[in-house]
Amino acid sequence: MARATPEIPNASMADIAFLLLTFFLVTTTIANDRGLSIQLPPPPEAVPPTDVKVSEHNMFKIQINSSDALLVEGEPMSDVSGLKEMIKKFITNYGADPLSSDSPEKAIVSYKTDRGTSHKRFIEILDIIQGAYYDVYADRAGVTNARWREISSDLGNPENQAIYDKGRGKRPDGTVEIPMQLSIAEPTKVGN
Amino acid sequence: MGKFKGKIKPKQEIPTSSMPDVVFMLLFFFMVTTELRETAIDVQQRIPEATQLRKLLRKSLVTNLYIGEPRKIEQFGKEPKIQVDDQFIEPKDILLWVNRQRDMIPENERDQMTVSLKVDSESKRGIIADVETELRKANARKILYTTLAKKEEK
Repeated sequence: MARATPEIPNASMADIAFLLLTFFLVTTTIANDRGLSIQLPPPPEAVPPTDVKVSEHNMFKIQINSSDALLVEGEPMSDVSGLKEMIKKFITNYGADPLSSDSPEKAIVSYKTDRGTSHKRFIEILDIIQGAYYDVYADRAGVTNARWREISSDLGNPENQAIYDKGRGKRPDGTVEIPMQLSIAEPTKVGN
Repeated sequence: MGKFKGKIKPKQEIPTSSMPDVVFMLLFFFMVTTELRETAIDVQQRIPEATQLRKLLRKSLVTNLYIGEPRKIEQFGKEPKIQVDDQFIEPKDILLWVNRQRDMIPENERDQMTVSLKVDSESKRGIIADVETELRKANARKILYTTLAKKEEK
């Protein structure tokens, strides 16, 4: 005796799925965890104050005042399109120009802002400084800048670690040939 | 003789039986990528743009901190404020907040905690520097300024 096969009507399945889809479409916010990453220095109390002498020519000074005007190496600058090249040249000078850095290891990019500087301007210039370093690293490692940033975000993979070390010139003793020495100073207090 | 029924019309229907499959596929995509927001952001968030973006891969190690002008100006004033979770905090509360966040991360990965600063473009450096000083004290030194990708040029 044949049993009547029970059947679930499935014509409304698409409707249900559409409803769920609409819900997720509306509530979704695709996570945006991308941006400029930096490492803050240790707290002021933890480091004993040492008098570190840095020669003037090993410093690349970038300053922004409270009205977002830019001063690079003491000169006002309104067009930032050439800044990246300037920083790259400064890092990879290797003592060629006595007024520029002795070696990438000694080169320091000093970045100083004011309390009244807008975040937008701060990010714009920080982007350029980091871009200069990433360009140098990527060049040495033989990859594109975009690929370099991808690699450096994912160091769990030994292959990536190798490329990362090559780009930064890691020596056997653990020091790095081209460290990113970006000094972000405590902002001055003119505008607030 | 046979009868002619005139022209036989070709079928012009699109098969719809695979529609639920297509919809389910879309559904799964959004279910996977979606991130339900547990906090309502009460500060302005006009995120600045940059080109040299880096990605944070481990979402569980990221905590968010929002800075910007309050959306309800008449209630909270125009001064930029710091928001974490669901409330406004003062810079001095950050230490406590960081430690609480750190406790939620598995012990072996606590040093990799990253604070993502979602700062409004028009905020001033002053308040951000205050936050950074507190983060340094709390020893949460990996930070990320959240930015959007700039469209033009490579």
